[in-house]
Amino acid sequence: MGAGLGREHCRRCALPLSRQPNLKGHDRNVIQTFTFYLFATIVIASGALTILSRNPVHSVLWLILAFFNAAGLMLILGAEFIAMLLVIVYVGAVAVLFLFVVMMLDVDFAEMRAGFARYAGFGALMAVVLLAEMIFAVAAWNAGGVSVASKAAPVDPSVPNIEALGTVLFTRYLYIFEAAGLVLLVAMIGAIVLTHRTRSGLRPQNPSEQNRRRPEEATRNMNPGIGQGVEL
Amino acid sequence: MGYSLVLTLPEIILSASAIALLMVAAFAGDKAARLSTWLAVLAFIGAALVVPGVTGPGGIAFNGLFVADSFAAFAKILIYVAAAIAMLSAMSWFARDGVYRTEYPVLILLSSVGMGMMASAGDLITLYVGLELQSLAAYVLASFQRKDSRSAEAGLKYFVLGALASGILLYGVSLLYGFSGSTSFEGIAAAIATDGISTGELFGIVFVLAGLAFKVSAVPFHMWTPDVYEGAPTPVTAFFASAPKVAAMALLTRVTIEALGAATFEWRQIVIFMALASTILGGVAAIGQQNIKRLLAYSSINNVGFALIGLAAGTPEGVASVLFYMTVYVVMTLGTFFVVLRMRDEAGQPVETIVSLSGLSRTRPALAAAMAMFMFSIAGIPPLMGFWPKFYVFEAAVAANLTWLAAVGIATSVIGAFYYLRIIKVMYFDDPAPAFEARRDLVSSAVILAAALFVSPLGWFALEPLGTASLNAAGALF
Amino acid sequence: MNIQLIVFLPLLAAAIAGLGNRAIGNTAAKAITTGALFVSCALSWPVFLGFLSGGLQEQVVTVLPWLRSGDLVVDWSLRVDTLTAVMLIVVTTVSSLVHLYSWGYMAEDDSQPRFFAYLSLFTFAMLMLVTADNLIQMFFGWEGVGLASYLLIGFWYQKPSANAAAIKAFVVNRVGDFGFSLGIFGTFLIFGTVSIPEILAAAPGMTGSTIGFLGTRFDTMTVLCLLLFVGAMGKSAQLGLHTWLPDAMEGPTPVSALIHAATMVTAGVFMVCRLSPMFETSDTALTVVTFVGAATALFAATVGTVQNDIKRVIAYSTCSQLGYMFFAAGVGAYGAAMFHLFTHAFFKALLFLGAGSVIHAMHHEQDMRFYGGLRKSIPLTYWAMMAGTLAITGVGVIGVFGFAGFYSKDAIIEGAFAAGTTAGGIAFFVGVFAALLTSFYSWRLVFLTFFGKPRWAASEHIQHALHGDHHDHPSDEDAGHDPHGHEAPAHAIKEGTGGHHPHESPWPMLVPLIVLTIGAIFAGFVFHGPFLEPGEGTAFWAGSIAFDEHLMHAIHEVPLWVKLSPAAVMILGFLIAFAAYIRDTSIPDRFVGQFGVLYKFLLNKWYFDELYNLLFVRPAFWFGRLFWKKGDEATIDRFGPNGVAAVAVAGNRLFTRLQSGYLYSYAFVMLIGLAAATTWVMAR
Repeated sequence: MGAGLGREHCRRCALPLSRQPNLKGHDRNVIQTFTFYLFATIVIASGALTILSRNPVHSVLWLILAFFNAAGLMLILGAEFIAMLLVIVYVGAVAVLFLFVVMMLDVDFAEMRAGFARYAGFGALMAVVLLAEMIFAVAAWNAGGVSVASKAAPVDPSVPNIEALGTVLFTRYLYIFEAAGLVLLVAMIGAIVLTHRTRSGLRPQNPSEQNRRRPEEATRNMNPGIGQGVEL
Repeated sequence: MGYSLVLTLPEIILSASAIALLMVAAFAGDKAARLSTWLAVLAFIGAALVVPGVTGPGGIAFNGLFVADSFAAFAKILIYVAAAIAMLSAMSWFARDGVYRTEYPVLILLSSVGMGMMASAGDLITLYVGLELQSLAAYVLASFQRKDSRSAEAGLKYFVLGALASGILLYGVSLLYGFSGSTSFEGIAAAIATDGISTGELFGIVFVLAGLAFKVSAVPFHMWTPDVYEGAPTPVTAFFASAPKVAAMALLTRVTIEALGAATFEWRQIVIFMALASTILGGVAAIGQQNIKRLLAYSSINNVGFALIGLAAGTPEGVASVLFYMTVYVVMTLGTFFVVLRMRDEAGQPVETIVSLSGLSRTRPALAAAMAMFMFSIAGIPPLMGFWPKFYVFEAAVAANLTWLAAVGIATSVIGAFYYLRIIKVMYFDDPAPAFEARRDLVSSAVILAAALFVSPLGWFALEPLGTASLNAAGALF
Repeated sequence: MNIQLIVFLPLLAAAIAGLGNRAIGNTAAKAITTGALFVSCALSWPVFLGFLSGGLQEQVVTVLPWLRSGDLVVDWSLRVDTLTAVMLIVVTTVSSLVHLYSWGYMAEDDSQPRFFAYLSLFTFAMLMLVTADNLIQMFFGWEGVGLASYLLIGFWYQKPSANAAAIKAFVVNRVGDFGFSLGIFGTFLIFGTVSIPEILAAAPGMTGSTIGFLGTRFDTMTVLCLLLFVGAMGKSAQLGLHTWLPDAMEGPTPVSALIHAATMVTAGVFMVCRLSPMFETSDTALTVVTFVGAATALFAATVGTVQNDIKRVIAYSTCSQLGYMFFAAGVGAYGAAMFHLFTHAFFKALLFLGAGSVIHAMHHEQDMRFYGGLRKSIPLTYWAMMAGTLAITGVGVIGVFGFAGFYSKDAIIEGAFAAGTTAGGIAFFVGVFAALLTSFYSWRLVFLTFFGKPRWAASEHIQHALHGDHHDHPSDEDAGHDPHGHEAPAHAIKEGTGGHHPHESPWPMLVPLIVLTIGAIFAGFVFHGPFLEPGEGTAFWAGSIAFDEHLMHAIHEVPLWVKLSPAAVMILGFLIAFAAYIRDTSIPDRFVGQFGVLYKFLLNKWYFDELYNLLFVRPAFWFGRLFWKKGDEATIDRFGPNGVAAVAVAGNRLFTRLQSGYLYSYAFVMLIGLAAATTWVMAR
């Protein structure tokens, strides 16, 4: 969210100045602005394509692209740790999991699309209304001239990202950090409860018993008569 | 920090017990289900007992993330007791209809930790994490009977819509943070008080209210309620209808009063709309229902609407009336659900249709009498306890110059009375349907009896202490 | 003085019997109520005797404060003075005897505790009324007796006719009570108090003042007195509001004796006497009272001459005697009015209870045409009824001895003459003529019932009783009697016993008859001094009524023909009755043949019921139907409850359709709500 906003901002692009130590004057902002708009455009475009793709596998791929570009945006903000998290966790784990799920589950997308088509017009209307209002809200913010800088938390550039996050996480937000752990615990329990089942009729291995097995216990000598040697 | 930990003692007790019980579950398996349920009840009792102790002086823990005041204490005690009682109903029920699993009490415990966090939230982040902790456990509980397709469907629906609501809420949270520069309720209140309310904050308020309205199932964020209530196993429905409602209501109250107190004018209109829409829809839509659980879902929507009228007042009396309302509502609802849990045909299969209650007064007079009392009480018929919360809510609205709101509320309560009375009519005047199976269940009988006594005029003895406690609790927010 | 005990014992008994009902059983309920009444009665007599001997003074016992609202101060307080004492003994004596009588009469009823509880409740309300120290409390008692009367008339609620009669009594009384309550409001408006002594003290000061209403100025006291008198007319069944009383005979006979003869119906007379200083301030009001009383006396007596139902004859007789009391009050002879009230209570209760005994013996046959020759079968009843008849017709010899009615009725008739006013003069002649009719119908009753040959054979009741299906259930009383039942074709009546052997009633019924017989014989002789005589009376009444000493003097001064005229018409009436019903029983039929129109007119009670039906009942029904169909159903219901219900059902259908079960439609509803909310807060 606002974690990366520094104290001073560029007037044109509203990006924090404290995060661009290597560039002088306003020149450094040209590159920044360019990359920002590049990443932002791709994020939005790939997000739209995620929804609009007919093939669900394509959707997931578009989603992965969106994640990558979002990571790029984070990098511009100077939140390199979050950027890496996005790539590793979302791209590396979540999206790939999605891919597996989509490919393995036999979801009837035609049916889903039918519902989508039915409500598409109305949904679009809703989206337009909400979008218009959001733009209005943001415009009002700018017009009102509220200084965001005074509200953002101060960031010490000398402290690495991970260290800063860790410090806050284990002091100020300890309580919530632990609670988040409980959330994960619940998720885990939930997954087990909902999916784990004890199957009957299985023959699980018991190594110690198997090792202790002796020929005497396993075989017996028989002396069958003629025609009686086969037990069925 | 040490002091902070003391203040969160109830949560610590509950979560530690949850983890301990998880160990029991891991090693003893489902054989220990009953034992761990009772142990969980003990944990709830312990947590409820330490609540007044740690909040004696009241205090703020973890830099304002956690607030242990009398408001939180009131809500928590109510939540813990309701959750414990709702949990008790599950034992015999699941044992007969599937396997009662040891994870059940664990999930209830963890969900209750989340509810406690909600009641104690002093920060938007606590709010969100608490809410998610509670919700996630609830999603699992809804589909707990996974072999039953209705249960699975209920869980899925609840999860998807809940995720949507969480998204909306989270969006609102970010807007509020972005525009006010703080996630703490205190900071938001200060920002609004000094700079006035900006459009962005207004947006944030609307989105946060919408997300929370989903949890209290206020119209138009109620759509999940009937389906989930019907599909979820009945003990889970009983749980949903009681403790989480209280927690969500407490959270909604805390956010609106503590964080947005300066913007009362702005959120009041939304709350009023939700209140009226909920009372009307809850009343009207319930009329045609055939399934008792569905009907109770609409009843809960209806009741939440009334409680919101008290919140709309935005005064200490209004907040006190909300707490009072939720207390009485929880008792009535749990009583009703325990009666519903008794509805099984001769073969032991649960039945849920209203028609199956026909002539209950002849086949099971005591059960019918208890049910009739609950219905009369929820309808708000005077000698019974259910009249008083409605009365206080309307009184608070009138005192806040919202006389018209109280008047409309009273009018809509008439619509609601219809279907409560219909159940009584079915039980007392219709030809008997096949009798329910007769089965001794001491716990259930005790709960029904206690609830019936509470809603009877005997409950008036509780008026005074409850009133004082709720006013005291409400005072903590102002 | 145990006035609280006297008043509240019946209430206590009623509560125990009524609430205990089946739980405590018949015998306990009967014993408790009857016992309470006898104790109450035993406590009342010393009070009365105390006032008689001058040993007791008037006093007011405050029980509880009731209302305190601005100027309006109302206490529950029991006022005991001579007037109250007289009413106390009348009420408690008759009531306790009726309770006892009911042991026998109601022996086979299913819900005796209820009956006795009602009786005791009535007694309590009546005692509240007579001990009232303010108009509000009097109104409480007034309505209380009305309620008890309603409950008791409709006691056999299985009978449609009883229900109808009960409703009629209630509604007609409502008209009177409306006047009464208006009178109370007006009194409070003028005097600023509802306390009776304060009003009476202030009343003379208001003489001649006027009150404006609808742009016209009326004499204040006249208006107030007339309004209050409307209440009295309703309760005492005076002409115009009398129609309920004959129908009230649908109730069990003991009820008729207690409520509709001896006590409740006299409440109007009591009220006028209680407020006599107030009525004295308005000549107009008194004239109206006189005329209404005289008209009622005449009207009811004429109707009474042709009725065939034994209870209805006595009911009309009651109505007529109440008329006497009112015109006595109207001419200022309040002492005479109260004395007649006092004696009338005894002999009329006696007549009713005697009639009840006859009815009991005749298996609930009430039509006198099916009686006859009962003298020998039920001798005790016969002699009791005889004493009652002698009392009501006023048999006696001046200065020697007379039956109860002799003293009281003659005093009224002479008082009317002695008043010297035009109204008094008219009332005198009307009174004398009504006395003739009284004598005639009373003897007619006796002759038809006890003399001649038995005509029992044709009675359906007796046939029922004899042909196996013996349902002697009292609730069958009157069962076959619709209001026009007396028009049974004459040819159906034939002589013969039909194999029936009437038996004398059981002792619980006979003892009250004997006691009341003693009262009917001696009450007048013993008490006429203090009630009526100038000097003695002033001391006795001690200001509790406006006792007019001059008028009482004047009564002694009336010409001899005036004194003799009541006796003369009494003998004349006897002779006519004797001629028509003993000597030549064909006379009545010939009379009917000759004066068919007149007979029909009287038989149909001057067509009052029909007239009211046309004037009030039907328009009321029409209006009722209008408001019901057009107003209520077509307007209020349609747009109110039904409209709301329809909207609710339609809404329910809509919501049910929205609740489709599809996730995306749910999500949509949420998003729409969200968008609507944001739009709303933005647009504002």
